[in-house]
Amino acid sequence: MMEILANFFGAFLPEWMVTLLIILIKVVAIVLPLILLVAYATYAERKIIGFMQVRVGPNRVGFKGLLQPFADMFKLIFKEIVIPARSNRFLFLIAPLLAMGPAFAAWAVIPFSDGMVLADVNAGLLFLLALTSLGVYGVIIAGWASNSKYAQLSALRIGAQMVSYEIAMGFALVGVLMASGSLNLGDIVRAQSGSIFSWFVWPLFGLFLVYFISGVAETNRAPFDVAEGESEIVAGFHVEYSGMAFSIFFLAEYANMWLIAALTSLMFLGGWLSPFQGLTFLTDMPVLGRVFGDGIHWLLLKASFFMLLFFWFRATFPRYRYDQIMRLGWKILIPITLVWIFAEGLAIALGWKPWL
Amino acid sequence: MSFNWKHYFKTFSLKELMQGMGVTGKYFFERKITIQYPEEKTPISNRFRGHHALRRYPNGEERCIACKLCEAVCPALAITIDLEERPDGTRRTTRYDIDMFKCIYCGFCEEACPVDAIVETNIFEYHFENRGENIQTKDKLLAIGDKHEAEIAKMKAADAPYR
Amino acid sequence: MTFEQIIFYLFSAVLVAAAVGMVTVRSPVYAALCLILSFFTSAALWLLLEAEFLGLVLVLVYVGAVMVLFLFVIMMLDLNTDPLKEGLVKHAPVGFVVAAVIAVEMILVLQSAPFQIATPLNPAPANNTEALGAILYTDYVYPFEIAAVILVVAIIAAITLTLRRRPDSRKQDISQQVQVKRADRVRLVKMKAETKEQA
Repeated sequence: MMEILANFFGAFLPEWMVTLLIILIKVVAIVLPLILLVAYATYAERKIIGFMQVRVGPNRVGFKGLLQPFADMFKLIFKEIVIPARSNRFLFLIAPLLAMGPAFAAWAVIPFSDGMVLADVNAGLLFLLALTSLGVYGVIIAGWASNSKYAQLSALRIGAQMVSYEIAMGFALVGVLMASGSLNLGDIVRAQSGSIFSWFVWPLFGLFLVYFISGVAETNRAPFDVAEGESEIVAGFHVEYSGMAFSIFFLAEYANMWLIAALTSLMFLGGWLSPFQGLTFLTDMPVLGRVFGDGIHWLLLKASFFMLLFFWFRATFPRYRYDQIMRLGWKILIPITLVWIFAEGLAIALGWKPWL
Repeated sequence: MSFNWKHYFKTFSLKELMQGMGVTGKYFFERKITIQYPEEKTPISNRFRGHHALRRYPNGEERCIACKLCEAVCPALAITIDLEERPDGTRRTTRYDIDMFKCIYCGFCEEACPVDAIVETNIFEYHFENRGENIQTKDKLLAIGDKHEAEIAKMKAADAPYR
Repeated sequence: MTFEQIIFYLFSAVLVAAAVGMVTVRSPVYAALCLILSFFTSAALWLLLEAEFLGLVLVLVYVGAVMVLFLFVIMMLDLNTDPLKEGLVKHAPVGFVVAAVIAVEMILVLQSAPFQIATPLNPAPANNTEALGAILYTDYVYPFEIAAVILVVAIIAAITLTLRRRPDSRKQDISQQVQVKRADRVRLVKMKAETKEQA
């Protein structure tokens, strides 16, 4: 497919432009479905939390409210972007982009299926860690540039929180790295092939929990959303934002949630691998074999499950107090990961590898 | 506090979190209680206090005798009344204004009225589009009363045994 | 020109501009942001040189953590930038001397033997994360561990220097809070209902 395009463009364009064009086409092919997923994540969130609160959620725009995300989008596009007086205009406007950039750039190394990846880099896991740590800048700059005390407080909270939880997250990834012996996400998934029991959830269950909990904290979702804390600091770092600038923060938040969901399923639940792997009587069936076999639909399904968990948490748990968040991150999650990594290292050194 | 094995097991097995999610998960499948408002409406009590109306006697004469009890009792000072003596010697209002922005819908005017002239109907869907429309004049109030007289009378009759 | 060359010149230009901006810009927040940008672009250049581990760790450690704390401090301070603009002429000679000394030192260090390219690894490792790890934990395991110990000492020192135990502060002990059982707080008292005469 890409070769055909390259030959087509190569006929009348210089080489570097062809390379650029091919990359751009691939980027669009990833970003557009992602934006659609983000839009419907907002819809799913409102529906699911509504159902859990014995309400029905949005149901006016389109069948069962299915067009609601588009209605919201049009509303936000046509709203005025108010720039507060005495704010830092340049940083104020660039902050949403800084929040969104890393959230989307991280998808470059996500393998959607075997070989279906934009950039098959060796250090994919490090790349992801680096990019998720960049997301905090958008928020901090937004908080500072707004020239508002609420936004500033929220930026400080979120900054400290994200820096703290990154450590637990990184340690959880170290466990995955040790088990798979690779930093490449595709190789990590391939290391889990075999059957449902060779997924990393089983030997690394503690790290799996720690990773997902830190992921929830990293994306500032309930119950870790002190940065938004509407009862104390109104809406946190985006109090002063309106219209598209505000919605870009939203886009970034939901793209980050999808990212965490996709990463959790890639690293612990075998990504695109089917749970029916090894059951040849299912995977060899003529038509259904495609459904039961490996493929991008399994990744989507697993990621959607984690998105459901995100919403479920929000519907269930009350918000943590700030000192409780810090305690959970530093005094509970990090020690758990350290102990787990130590035990795992011991197991590897003794040649006892249950996941191989 | 001594090391409590049971406590740590409970904490690290995330038992209580699971229980909480179980509760919300159960309600996910519960019957939804939402009323789809413009199409569906909840039943309205006979004592509902909505938009005001001035009533008339069956012979067409307006009930209000400008006794100003409602004006006096109104805690929000929303009612303004002017009065005159008619040629036949009766006492009637020339002006009966209710500022709907001030009104708190407490129903005291209705309670105070000796002739059941001012009432609060069950109309709650109304709006104003221009400045000044929030002042409901005597004409408007009487018009509402005329239009909904049957309904108002029914509500009053239904509530009468409990007063 | 190939695609990689274009990218290289683009990032180099951004890096130089950001570095110059970091020194010349007046507002400390902008200076910190310029520093972040230059870190980021130099990481990108390292990626182009296929030193992906170093590049990503630069982003992860410096951009992702160190500069966040930097920004924190700068944003919290109410800096008055006027005094910073004074005394350029007075301090210029000292500045030039320091700059010259640093330049000479850097040239000397870069020309010394350990910085000359040794014989390239043969065969070149496909994955430099793995290669770095292998070298760090075999040939250089003692320097590496000593560096780690020094860092731990630094952490402990920083914490002990700043930690003040204040017996008067009304701090909550969360682990004690979550361990509370019903029996610790509630005492059920059985008593007979009072009759009217008693009251």
